[in-house]
Formats: sequence, structure tokens, C-alpha cells
Amino acid sequence: MAELTPAPGMLRTADGRPLKAALAQAQKKAKWRAFLLVLPLLAFVLLTFVVPILKMLERSVRHDGFSSNAPTLSAWFAQHPAAADIPEDAYAALVTDLRQMQKDRTAGEAGTRINYTIPGTISQFKAVARDADTLQPPYAQALAAKNKIWADPLLWVAMRNASSPWTSDFYMVSSDLKRDANDGLVRVAVTQRIYVYLFAKTFVLSAVIAFLCLLLAFPIAHWLAILPMARSNLLMILVLLPFWTSLLVRTTSWIALLQEQGIINDLLVWAGVLAADGRVRMIYNQAGTIIVMTHILLPFMVLPLYSVMRVIQPNYARAARSLGATSWTTFRRIYLPQTLPGIAAGSLLVFILAVGYYITPALVGGADGQLISNLISFHMNKANWSMAAALAAILLAAVLILYWLYDRLIGIDRLKLG
Amino acid sequence: MKKLLILTTALTGVSFAAQADVMVMSWGGAYGAAQTEAHVKPFTAMTGIPATMIDSDNPATPIKAMVEAGNVTVDVASVEYADAIRLCDEGVLEPIDPASLPAGADGTAAKDDFLPGAVTDCGVSTDIWATIFAYDTTKIADGPKTAADFFDLTKFPGKRGLHKGAKAVLEFALMADGVAPADVYATLATPEGVDRAFKKLDTIKKDTVWWEAGAQPPQLLADGEVVMTSAYNGRIFNAAIGEGKPFKIVWDSQTFENEMYVIPKGAPNKDDALKFIAYATSTEGMQQQAQQISYGPARKSANATPIMYKDGKTLMGPNVPTAPENMANALGSSFEFWVDHDAELNDRFNAWLAAN
Repeated sequence: MAELTPAPGMLRTADGRPLKAALAQAQKKAKWRAFLLVLPLLAFVLLTFVVPILKMLERSVRHDGFSSNAPTLSAWFAQHPAAADIPEDAYAALVTDLRQMQKDRTAGEAGTRINYTIPGTISQFKAVARDADTLQPPYAQALAAKNKIWADPLLWVAMRNASSPWTSDFYMVSSDLKRDANDGLVRVAVTQRIYVYLFAKTFVLSAVIAFLCLLLAFPIAHWLAILPMARSNLLMILVLLPFWTSLLVRTTSWIALLQEQGIINDLLVWAGVLAADGRVRMIYNQAGTIIVMTHILLPFMVLPLYSVMRVIQPNYARAARSLGATSWTTFRRIYLPQTLPGIAAGSLLVFILAVGYYITPALVGGADGQLISNLISFHMNKANWSMAAALAAILLAAVLILYWLYDRLIGIDRLKLG
Repeated sequence: MKKLLILTTALTGVSFAAQADVMVMSWGGAYGAAQTEAHVKPFTAMTGIPATMIDSDNPATPIKAMVEAGNVTVDVASVEYADAIRLCDEGVLEPIDPASLPAGADGTAAKDDFLPGAVTDCGVSTDIWATIFAYDTTKIADGPKTAADFFDLTKFPGKRGLHKGAKAVLEFALMADGVAPADVYATLATPEGVDRAFKKLDTIKKDTVWWEAGAQPPQLLADGEVVMTSAYNGRIFNAAIGEGKPFKIVWDSQTFENEMYVIPKGAPNKDDALKFIAYATSTEGMQQQAQQISYGPARKSANATPIMYKDGKTLMGPNVPTAPENMANALGSSFEFWVDHDAELNDRFNAWLAAN
């Protein structure tokens, strides 16, 4: 009955349907059409961005080099989850697997996986696999006779951990940790610690670079914003010109400028500021990384700042001055707060870009100007992809946490990129 | 600067990959040029099979990625000995049947003609090269003679160039510290030995420029950025004899090893790649390469006759790592050691580099 006697005031279309429903239907169609329009982009992003990142994350926790080539021993480990002593049948399982590895020529693959946590084991796997057919029981003694490492509890802990393709080993190594004989985690020797230090250094250097960019970009952006349009456009080209130049060209120009026999040192020596044998080392070290990256990332700071400053009404500052504020107070309390969205956007942009920068530190960083991304590339080159993936995942997580913090503290809706 | 050139050439090279039949990937610079002249061009001229050379900073690097992605675009790669073993272990290289290699020019069967260790399961040696150190004779009149001099900053002040990586650098440091070549790997296998090597490196750490691509050290010397640098001997020879630079090689404490041609698993033209390797590592192929660059041939038959550099007046004999006078205090790089310890020692090396 309700359909025949609608609530008073309900609007209907000409064919008698409620207007609300008709509108929803029409909008649904439009929404679908809009979705179809963005579908190619969505598929593209999924395929080239989300899937590779998920693949990478999977690689950082999965490596089946040992588990797939040592199925018998892996099965034994699965059946005996907490065996402290290694009995003869575990050794027998190992020998069975080694014989198969020799047939399939996979001893190197299995050894490579164990070698990630216990260095020096690849050659032991290969050597024992070669002689696996001649080994006689009891295998524990036979293997130990080949090399005492086969009786080492550390090796068995490593093999147990590698017997599942899913592993946290790569995150363990990324945190400068290793396993002791009781499967507990301990820090690696002082001389081997690097990842935690480099992560910290990467974030500190990126913050320094973002800050330097801000110091340099703020006056430039301000000047660009107050100039008449025609002249500021001209100057804007100067800001954008390096942006359009190849990254490698800019980096190598800096090498020509900064190196010890380079232009700046030559000039300083010629002017008598420096002695001929007292040339300053400005590149192939941390200073080089900071200088060059600050220059390369500068436009990413100038552009958001400029776009925010351009629309700031000069009237506010004039009003403040006319009410008796000093120029410093005017800047601090009137102008600066209005530029905050630009400062925030530029800093975040530069910082996140700097955290992942790789080619510039590689070319100008020398020994102490390397960032964590250089180690990721190092492990890629050494074909230890799982390690590279684990480091990259940690970096990704750290950036996401920072982003979340930023959102909580400042608010992502205040971000203004222009 | 050279490194960038290599990178860009490599990229251009890849884009042409589809057209060529046998893609050979090597190290670029003087070495890549030598292999192009000695192997690639004559091979095409002789067999009619087109072959193209492309460059890489280290050809071993892209191979695993290509094989795992199932998109192998390279048929032959020139890689270091330890990498040839490692990649073979990881199952990303095609095995090469030694019986398919031709006999020497004097009729000696291939297996007797190749020097010991020159043929492995997946690789065939093209030459024997060495990491040496060199200096500019116009900068230092009475130059360094030994590895110890390289570390002597009072006698020879100035910057040093060293390869950024553990391999060959740690051995060099130990030899400079007085370890005999025969004991180097036994020493380096102990934690104390590793500490000792790093301690020696500490003494010049502040004065060292680290290079990555083989083309960099001659450039660093020429620019005056360093007074002496480690380098691949062929690169220095090429700069000194080929381009007339005043560089001198110090052979004391050199580390030599085989360079290997390998075929990535799933190479698109495997059969032609095998033909290429058979030709390139024949007596003729090795001798032709030795006319281009001062790396020693890995076949006895190729060493039997004197080889003249392409300038027509420099004998190669005294300039290759295997010349008796250059072998007086030399170390054969141990692939067994590096296959096992590469990850561990490079981690330590990176940690050492990053710490101030």
C-alpha cells in the first residue's frame, strides 16, 4: 500500500519512479563510465607498481634454495621440531639429499642459501656432495671426518631455519643480528655491523639535505613570488633548467667542479686562498653527497614553496606592519605560517626522494657518503635478491611510518604541491 | 666520466639487441674494444654470423636477473673466474662440453693445450689478467717498487686509488704487510688475518679514492687525482703504450686470474654462442686478443710464438701477467676462497668503508 500512497513531498520522475532512485541509477552509470576511464591507469599501476612491490616483499621472506633441494632433511626437521642433539637419521637424510644434489647439480644452490647466514659453507656443500656416493654409515662420523663444520650446532641451526622456504633470516641480517647455537638472536661482531648504522645515516643525511634545500629554496621562492610575472617566469626557467637536464650530466658536472684537481680548487689555489698541496676534498665523501644531492633536489623544494607563496596576499603583511609589527615579527607571525603547507610539502618530497637516492651517492659518495640504497644495489649486483628485498622493505616501512607520523602531526590535507 | 659513457653505450647496445644474432657482453673500455677487434669482428667475417658487443660494468651482474626473468638477451658474457663458478653453481649458466673446443694450432688436444684451470664446467678462459698497481712517472721520479711502498705515505705522499670491493684489495694489503703470496689465503681464512688486512688498509684509508669501473683508474691517474692506483694491467698498458701516457706498472704482489666466456642458461642463440666461444678461445682468437691488450693467452699454443702489439713495435711478452719476470711475487686469485667468503668479506668491507 505504501507504494500507492507515497509520503507527502516525495518527488517522482515523469514515469512515476522516485526521483532519488532514478538519480542514483543514473549516477551509478556515470560512476561506472568514470571507472572504465581510469581502469587502464588502475591496471597499469597495479601491474607496474603494486605487484612488483608485493613480489619484492615476498622475496624478502621466502628463499627455497635449501628447502627445495634438501627435501628429505627438511621433512626430518618438520617431524622433529625441537631436537637438540642431531641423531644419525638426520645425517642420513642429509646424505640422501646431498646425493640427489650431486645428480641435479644443485649443491651450490643449497649451499648459497646456508652461506647467507654461515659464511664459508658453499664449498663444503659442493665438496661433500661430490663425494656423497662414497660416504658410508655412520654418516655423522663420515661427514665430520670430511670437515668438522658438519658437527657444528650453528650449521644445524642454520639448516633448520633454511628448511622452510619462509624465513626471517634476511630481516635478521638486515638488523645486524645472527643466531647463536641455541637459536637465540645476538648482535654480530662490531666490525660486521653496518645496516642499522646506514639506515640511521640515510635518514639523518636526508633530513640534512631537506633542511639545506629549504634554506636555499625559501628566499628564491619568495623572490620569484613577488616579482612581476614576466620576470619571474624567466627566472623560473633557471630553476627548471637543471630539472630538465639529465641527472648524470649534473652529477658529473659537480665532479668536474669539486674534485681536487677541479675548477673550484684550481680557482682557490690560483687566488692564493689554498696552498697547492692543501687542496680541499669536497667530493668522493659525505660532503660531496650532501652538496650534489642538495642541488639536484632543490627544484622539488622551490616549486611547492613558490606555488604557496604566489597566492599569499601581501595585504596581510602590510596590515601587520601598519599595526606596528617589526619586519621580523611580520615574517615570523604572518608570512611564515602561511607558507607552512609549502614548507611541509617540499620537505617531505625532498626527504622521501633523498632516502631512496642511489646513483648520486654511488658516483660522488666515495667511502663514507654511501646510503642504504647503495647497499641494496650492492646486494642486487651480488645476486642476493632476498637481502636486497629485505633492506628495501625496511626502507619502505620506515618511510610509511614517517608519512603516518606526518599525517598525525601536520595533516596530509595541509600538503600543497602546487 | 668513462663509467657514464659505458652506461650509455650499454643502454644503446641493449636497444639493438633484437637485431644481432650473437650478443656478447663484456666490460667495455679498452678490454671490450680488444674483444670486439679480436673476437667479434673476425668471427662475423669468418662465419657470416652477425655478432654484437655490448658493455656492462660487470657482465656477471645482469645474467642472473635475465635468467630468472626468463628474458635472456645475451648469448655470451665475459665474467670473472669466481663469478663463472658461482653462477654455474646457481644453475644460471649452460654447461660447456670441453670436447667441443678446438685443438691448438700445433695440434695439441684442447684439454692439454689450455693452462690448468682454464676450462671449467660452464666457462672457457679467454685470457689471464691481473690486478696490479701503477703510477705516473712524471709525478714520482723514483717510483714505488713493492706493495709496501703503496702503503708508505711518508715515502710517497699523495692519494691512492683502490678498487671498491674486498676481492684483490685484501690480498694486496696482506702482501704489503709482508705475507708471502703462498700464505695469503690461509691467512685471510682466519679472523686474525682479516683483521690484519683491514688494519693495513686503515693506514691509507683517509688517502684513498675508490674506483668501481675498470676504465676509472687510468682516468684518475691522468687527472692527477691519485699518485698511484690499483688497476687491471691491460687498462694501464693501453693508456701507456696505446695512448702514450707516462704510466708505469709495478708487478710486485700482482693478483692474476682467468677471465671466462660463459653462456647464460636459455641464451637465444646457444649454438652460435658455442661456435663463438670455440673461435674466440682458439689459438688464433687468443693471439689476436693479445695483440690488442696485454692479457696473457690461456693456451700453451698461443703463448708459443711471440705476439706483437697492434702498434707493430711492442712485444707483448714482457707485458702480460704470466711473463716470468712479472710472476716473481705474484698471487693466483683463489676462486674457492672467494666463492665461500665473498658475501662475508664484502659485508665487512662495506661496514669498514662506511665507518669513519
